Amino acid sequence: MKSLSGIPARLLLRKGPKGAEVYLAIAGAVLLVVVVTLTFLAPYIAPYNPIVEIGPALQPPSSQYPMGTDHLGRDVYSRVLYGAIVALEVSAISVLLSSTVGTVLGLFSGYSGGKMDRVFSMVMDSVYAFPGLILAIAIAAMMGPGLVNMSIAIAVVYIPTYFRMIRGQVLQTREQLYVEAARALGAKNSTILFRYIFANIIPSLVVVLSLNVADAILTEAGMSYLGLGIPPPTPDWGFDLSKGKSYLPGGYWWMITFPGIMILIVVLGFSLLGEGLNEILNPRLRER
Amino acid sequence: MPPLLDVQELTVEYFTLKGQVKAVTGVNFSLERGATLGLVGESACGKSTLGFSILRLVPPPGRIVAGKIDLEGVNLLNVPLEAMRRIRGSQVSMIFQDPMTSLNPLMRIRDHFVELFQTHDPSIKREEAVSRTIKLLDSLGIGGDRIDDYPHQFSGGMRQRVMIGLALALEPKLVIADEPTTSLDVIVEAQVLELLKQLREKHRLTLILITHNIGIVAEMADLVAVMYAGQIAEIGPTEDMYGDPLHPYTKGLLESAPNVLHPEHSMRPIPGTPPDLVSPPSGCKFHPRCPKVFEPCPLREPLPIHQGSRLVACHLYDQVDH
Repeated sequence: MKSLSGIPARLLLRKGPKGAEVYLAIAGAVLLVVVVTLTFLAPYIAPYNPIVEIGPALQPPSSQYPMGTDHLGRDVYSRVLYGAIVALEVSAISVLLSSTVGTVLGLFSGYSGGKMDRVFSMVMDSVYAFPGLILAIAIAAMMGPGLVNMSIAIAVVYIPTYFRMIRGQVLQTREQLYVEAARALGAKNSTILFRYIFANIIPSLVVVLSLNVADAILTEAGMSYLGLGIPPPTPDWGFDLSKGKSYLPGGYWWMITFPGIMILIVVLGFSLLGEGLNEILNPRLRER
Repeated sequence: MPPLLDVQELTVEYFTLKGQVKAVTGVNFSLERGATLGLVGESACGKSTLGFSILRLVPPPGRIVAGKIDLEGVNLLNVPLEAMRRIRGSQVSMIFQDPMTSLNPLMRIRDHFVELFQTHDPSIKREEAVSRTIKLLDSLGIGGDRIDDYPHQFSGGMRQRVMIGLALALEPKLVIADEPTTSLDVIVEAQVLELLKQLREKHRLTLILITHNIGIVAEMADLVAVMYAGQIAEIGPTEDMYGDPLHPYTKGLLESAPNVLHPEHSMRPIPGTPPDLVSPPSGCKFHPRCPKVFEPCPLREPLPIHQGSRLVACHLYDQVDH
């Protein structure tokens, strides 16, 4: 290949980012579909009951125990499969709850402005001022352990994230000329808020949503690690991770590694999906 | 029969932290059906604010503090909000400066029109709205087959045509065009103006053309209002204004534009800058920049005086009365 005035040909030929987003999204979706499928299949494909002793403790991975056994002689592989249920349930409930509340409040607060906006912003900022995990722990401690309580605790922590993001975007978008033009043509407030403002914010929301799911799984793991999550012996990645940590110095690496890898895969799946969707949802970027 | 639009003593202020910005102060004018008014002036002289106040869409912290705006004898400032919303788009509508951003990037062209039709008449069927849209697009010089395109697939000129189509779709009585061609190149500008002219003839439109391009005004407008510091300095028929400007500011404005017919007249800019509208100069607001300033100018505000076909607010013409 000839080069153009000294610029190496390979640079000229390099393809742009076109299409890359689609593959990101697909990769993320595939990872998530696999994990979700595993949760449904867990009762059929798990070789052992995840909450009873099935052999000697602390066995390394082998053909009999694909991921080894833990300190109580339970099969790590079976626990990892069942653990996905808790992780996905908690993250789904908490993210759904926090994004709904945060988005609705953010939309109305940002659009109406004035005193209501001031009050909401102050409340949200004060919640935001707390370190997230500490606040979630306090709420969870108050409500007691359990899947739903933990989800609510995590949701409360994330509401301000959505509120602030949505409100900021509303303030920015409502100044756009197309909003002004719609108003000058007699569009209703509800139309402006949803078709002109919210619709243009959705791409940002989707990104925050997917990153937040990932974060929620980590928070869930962190809280279970501290004993505020699902009471044992229910299989739970976070709890297993915390137990595994104390056995890591003894060389029993498999107890912490496999739940850790699963958390990584789910978080990665949501992040990839979010990044990809962001690009795909935008008709301008779609054609680039 | 009252004139289509009658604006009396309109005053609009922006309540900012630095104080009240007197964007429009005591503006009077009226407009007959089918006439085109050119509203000219420097940037920040209040011409866009005046346009927005007719739709009651002055952006906060701006507020209409006094005056009345009669549309066919009905004061728009007393109309309830919901009725005002219905008036926008169907009775009075607006075309904006920047066509690149005045359409929702997520909505197809079709949806922009269907939404407009259905907002103002919920009984209209989708199919009918679509067929009207296709006809409309054809008349705008955009093929009806582009109806499913997104705004980003259109050029600036085409988007401005779409915007014009939206503004005229419901055949409003009054259209306010706020610098409709400022961001377009000269060829597209000429095409868009030609389209506006055609549609104006066809629908007997009443048009307020806000611009700082006095060439466009000469071509399009029957009446010209020259604004300075939130007030109308001079208003009258276009030929009279261009042939014999009375107000020193009008003169300055005409001399500061290039003249193709008389290239030997070099352009002369008006020295100085527009005044701070939080604390405007005393008396005539133009006096610090005026070449013909004399004793009464800093002392008293000039009142509009009839001079033949025109109204001019300048002390030079006071003396004629005495």
